[in-house]
Amino acid sequence: MSGYPAMRAGATDLAVLKPFRAPPIAPTGLAAPAMLSTGMLATLAVVFCASLALAQNAAPAGRDGAVTILLRWAPLIFQGFLFNILISFLSMALGTIVGVLVGIAQVSLVAPLRRTAWGLTQFFRNAPWLVLLFYAMFLLPFEFRVFGLTIAFPAWVKAIIGLALPVAANVSEIVRGGIRSIPSGQWESAESLAFTRRQTMWMIILPQAFKRMLPPWMNLYAILTMATTLISVVGIQDGLTITRAALVAESRPELMIPMYLLLLLMFFAYCYPIARVTIALERRFNVKV
Amino acid sequence: MIAAFFERLNDVYGWNFSVFYDAFDRSRFLTGLWTTIYICVVSIFASLALGLIGVWVAGSNSRLGRLVVRAYVQFFRNTPPLVQLSFFYFAVGSLLPTVGDGFGGQSPLVSGTGWAIIAFSLFAGAFNVEIFRAGIEAVPETTVEAAESLGYRRFQLYRYIVLPLAFRVCLPALNNNLVNLVKTTTLAYAIGVPELLYAASQIWSEMFNVREMMNVLLVTYVLLVGVLVWIMGRWERAMRIPGYST
Repeated sequence: MSGYPAMRAGATDLAVLKPFRAPPIAPTGLAAPAMLSTGMLATLAVVFCASLALAQNAAPAGRDGAVTILLRWAPLIFQGFLFNILISFLSMALGTIVGVLVGIAQVSLVAPLRRTAWGLTQFFRNAPWLVLLFYAMFLLPFEFRVFGLTIAFPAWVKAIIGLALPVAANVSEIVRGGIRSIPSGQWESAESLAFTRRQTMWMIILPQAFKRMLPPWMNLYAILTMATTLISVVGIQDGLTITRAALVAESRPELMIPMYLLLLLMFFAYCYPIARVTIALERRFNVKV
Repeated sequence: MIAAFFERLNDVYGWNFSVFYDAFDRSRFLTGLWTTIYICVVSIFASLALGLIGVWVAGSNSRLGRLVVRAYVQFFRNTPPLVQLSFFYFAVGSLLPTVGDGFGGQSPLVSGTGWAIIAFSLFAGAFNVEIFRAGIEAVPETTVEAAESLGYRRFQLYRYIVLPLAFRVCLPALNNNLVNLVKTTTLAYAIGVPELLYAASQIWSEMFNVREMMNVLLVTYVLLVGVLVWIMGRWERAMRIPGYST
């Protein structure tokens, strides 16, 4: 009742018929409050520390404690995690370049081009990431020969291409959606000002669509970062591989939970701020998805 | 007939689609397909249930409950599903007791398939909570107030007013998430669950027909997703209320 100061008993001496107010039930709860980020970070930290403490207690006598081992391996795991981030940067760059071109082709006036771009986009969007990664890993040659010049294709380059395929398809959809969301009046007025179609696209439509495309693009980046762990399945050393190797090397079952949680927390610490900024940008640009 | 055609394709062109003419490969592939479908269906329903429970708790008056749901959603949305799966299977799974399998051996309490279902349900459930929350927020406040003034309790309000409206709003997003879930089931390969990708990799490592199996695999997944999208589209059309558009 503290929410209604006017209803405090004794606020007035006059005989006033106070409005009947039932205690609020649903509406306060329906709109969930803003994220309690500090509380949540604290929760996660508590869970991690609890698991670490349990492991520390369960450590056999005369062996290194859980904290010591974790500290020993943390730098290496972090390096593996940084490799994941590097892969995510490169795949995102490649996927974005290809995706923007395919996305523009999706709104092209040339029907065959439009249909091909649409088909490619749908196909690569609906195929699982892991299957596409396998596809790239197994079917791309390990080296290319162009005019007598040999270009080596190490596994990690193939992994980047494999991850860039679904990214490109998703970027293509984002670009198409962004272009479609610009009111047709913009096209018409540009046409009346004698802009060519290409000028309209690059000078009028895309700059406006850019800020609408930014939040979903960042969302996609977070998804990609999380998907980079897939490369450990096809035999590339990343954070997950190193975590597993560390667990095998120490062969201490009680360490498993804190070790995996450490890796999870690294990803969380990277992806969660991105998610927050995405939400903030969405709110700022007021884009209803 | 089909078998003869693909056998001829293999003899003449060297395109070895062994799943279509070799009975053993076909049965392996179909078993994998069945496992994938099983994981998908169970995870879809479990994640929907988790989403509903989560959004119910997130809207409750309990501060602790809200915090737990927030933490759950943000944690599972912002960490890689593959690491989650490894965490459950290797770390949590190793802590659980084993049971005798009746042949003198010991098998874990929860199988790889079980952990895959648990991990994927939690992963997709976290997204579902957010999707349902967005849908519920889209229900006009006046509708909720009107229901309250008619004396609906919170459960009745959700059951009869809010959820039927919110569900129609969030079906497209839900559709996306469920498609994503189907694609995520391939990760079960990493913990050795005999699902479609695993079966296919077994076949191609024995028959050396990587290229053909890859294409069969891609087409199968696109078909699986297509079936799901078709069902969801039918459902969306069936649930449409004239005049109430999203």
